[in-house]
Amino acid sequence: MAEHATPHHAHEEHHEEGWVKKYLWSTDHKIICFQYMFTGMFMALIGGFFSYVFRMQTAFPGIEVPLYGMVSAAEYNGLITSHGTIMIFWVAMPVLVAAFGNYLIPLMIGCDDMVFPKINRLSYQVFFLSTVVLLSSFFVDGGPFGGAWTAYPPLSANAAWNNTPLGASLWVLAVALEFVAFLLGGINFITTAMNSRAPGMRYTDIPIVVWFIVIASMLFMSSVGPLIAGAVMLFMDQQVGTGFFDPARGGDPVLWQHLFWFFGHPEVYVVLLPAIGITAEIITVFSRKKLFAYRTVLFTAIATGVLSFTVWAHHQFIAGIDPRMAHIFTITTLLISVPIAEMMFVFIATLYGGSITLSTPMLWALAFVGEFLIGGVTGIFLGASGADIYFHDTYFVLAHFHYTFFPIAIIGTYAGVTYWFPKMFGRMMNDTLGKWHFWLTIIPFNFIFIPLFVLGAAGEHRRIYNYQNFPELSGEWFFALRELATVALIIMLLAQVIFFVNVYISLRSGKKAGKNPFRANTLEWQAESPPPHGNFAELPTVYRGPYEYSVPGRAEDYWPQNAPT
Amino acid sequence: MIERWVVQGSTYAADIDGIIWLIAVLVGFWFLVAEGVFFWLIVKFRARDGQRAQYITGEEAKQKRFIAWPHYLVLVCDVFIVVGAVRVWVEVKQSLPSEAEAQRVRVISQQWAWSFVHPGADGKLESADDIRTVDELHIEVGQKYIYELESRDVLHSFSVPVFRLKQDAVPGRVITGWFEATVTGTYDIQCVEICGIGHGMMAARIVIESPEQHAAWIASHSAAQLAARTR
Repeated sequence: MAEHATPHHAHEEHHEEGWVKKYLWSTDHKIICFQYMFTGMFMALIGGFFSYVFRMQTAFPGIEVPLYGMVSAAEYNGLITSHGTIMIFWVAMPVLVAAFGNYLIPLMIGCDDMVFPKINRLSYQVFFLSTVVLLSSFFVDGGPFGGAWTAYPPLSANAAWNNTPLGASLWVLAVALEFVAFLLGGINFITTAMNSRAPGMRYTDIPIVVWFIVIASMLFMSSVGPLIAGAVMLFMDQQVGTGFFDPARGGDPVLWQHLFWFFGHPEVYVVLLPAIGITAEIITVFSRKKLFAYRTVLFTAIATGVLSFTVWAHHQFIAGIDPRMAHIFTITTLLISVPIAEMMFVFIATLYGGSITLSTPMLWALAFVGEFLIGGVTGIFLGASGADIYFHDTYFVLAHFHYTFFPIAIIGTYAGVTYWFPKMFGRMMNDTLGKWHFWLTIIPFNFIFIPLFVLGAAGEHRRIYNYQNFPELSGEWFFALRELATVALIIMLLAQVIFFVNVYISLRSGKKAGKNPFRANTLEWQAESPPPHGNFAELPTVYRGPYEYSVPGRAEDYWPQNAPT
Repeated sequence: MIERWVVQGSTYAADIDGIIWLIAVLVGFWFLVAEGVFFWLIVKFRARDGQRAQYITGEEAKQKRFIAWPHYLVLVCDVFIVVGAVRVWVEVKQSLPSEAEAQRVRVISQQWAWSFVHPGADGKLESADDIRTVDELHIEVGQKYIYELESRDVLHSFSVPVFRLKQDAVPGRVITGWFEATVTGTYDIQCVEICGIGHGMMAARIVIESPEQHAAWIASHSAAQLAARTR
């Protein structure tokens, strides 16, 4: 930033900023990305630790869990509830949508920052507050809420039944605050992508990941309203004594399920789309290929988004809804398999004729496709009403959505972090450590959840403190599979140390990355690594789409979006 | 597939296992094809010195059919699955046997126990010889039953894995459904909807008896209950 600032940004970049102003009170989208990402990763450590504790109790009932101690039934419920809540609302959402959205949107569309930087800052601050509220629920009388992350009333609505008078209310409050944070973020993402694109960037020149984060934000903003209304009603049932969900006073507990899942199912696609977008960027770069059928990808994402509003009641087939409704939701649910399958086909087709380098980010991106396919096909069993009668609320469901959420939240995040790390911090990551980390995460991951598919198919139901209470589920091989899954989980959790070591080593002594180490086309790679406040020395102009790799007749096999023809 | 792990104990268990098997075959096949092509491409198109990637837009109809055809096939498979799922669903959840051929039992869930009301010798509920039990449901093999599922507090869910039957209990409602056992023996009843601290111990047993055994059980309990009541 030695030269005079370009006419486009009147940023205060020549000011000397204090540490607090620069890192805690910043309006810079990149710093806000780091705030979201580090908070999300910190929460992931907590959520991961919880899974270790309750898996130990499930596999070895009554054991004194190392680093924790005995697990009581009430604690067990609190641990599983917190694990689910944290992993979805405090890990997947902040990291995939907020962190990557913040980092990538301005850089990839070639502008200097979000259009509403102060709203952006407020978004993180509200999110931080929601995190504090959630964590505080672990220290109140009665402990954290233990009624599962779906918080079905009447259990969640009345302390007489859940025994967590404060924990349940703090849970609702934290979730509602968190939604406010992402609403603020979403406004920014959509407005920025619509208004601040570099000159020459048409809608079909926008990188897929940006499109997908914007579509995800739209889905989130259109679906969250009913749930916020539901959260207010639930809070009032808990604290004011209303009876929205209390049948004894004319309320209806099933109403909550509709409000929750009307949000909850689009939410799956809210976090899925950014992960798919990240995968699209990485697969094209490391196979040196143009993305197969850009428009098809875009339209399938929009189709998925629209359809995702029509499938929610497949979570409620046996919840006491009118049984005739199940037919409609079976049809819509199976229909949504078509655009999602199509997206997977597109990635597979993109590999054809490529020149594939299996770098660490590419391994993560390919693993996303390979593993997510398992999550996708097992979903068909649950969307089909007749089969769901048996599978509902078993470990088959749990294994299914972990085969979707794990690729999304963990594999997608690692793909994105390892790919953009050189841009974020200006240094390359260590590839050897990266590959060790990859294999020691992916192999144990499958050893955790494939046994759980089998257990679920054999009738093991969810959220059970001690399976010895159920004679049919106490057999020797049941416990052998539970132990296998638990041991694999411990190995996978320990393997995450490799990642943090890699980050530490790479930050200190990684090779200097330069602007564009992967020879990629998109605009963020034309900025300095790391990009300074204001991003670009000179704001770029765009001449072509983001995936012009290996164009015949050119010496280079890539063609940056901003390179003049 | 499921019958390898859990006994098929009701008239519709085989149908539910059948639809699960149908889905497993259809999606399993496509899953294997997709993963096979995926790994084959990764191996075949690894970067080699001096060899450039091809430039394929995927926007031309000739190229797009590689995506279009698989997705038509997915759609066709979806139709088979929907038809199969709906047929099973109608049988299990949308039809009830007539009062004449079925007996009624009441299933009451509460934190954290199951209680059951069986008809006594008169075959009717709401009469003096009803038999009430806790955590133990006694039924007769080969007899159709209509259950009336209630909850006294929060949501619970009545699950009998050997029947492949599952239904949530909602406070304030009486939800009916049906089953007919095809095997005798004693099996698990689970609560599969989280219902508080004791959810993990909310287990009960279903005792499926031959007509003679069942009649004997009713006789012994009716007598005992009447004696207790007149004491």
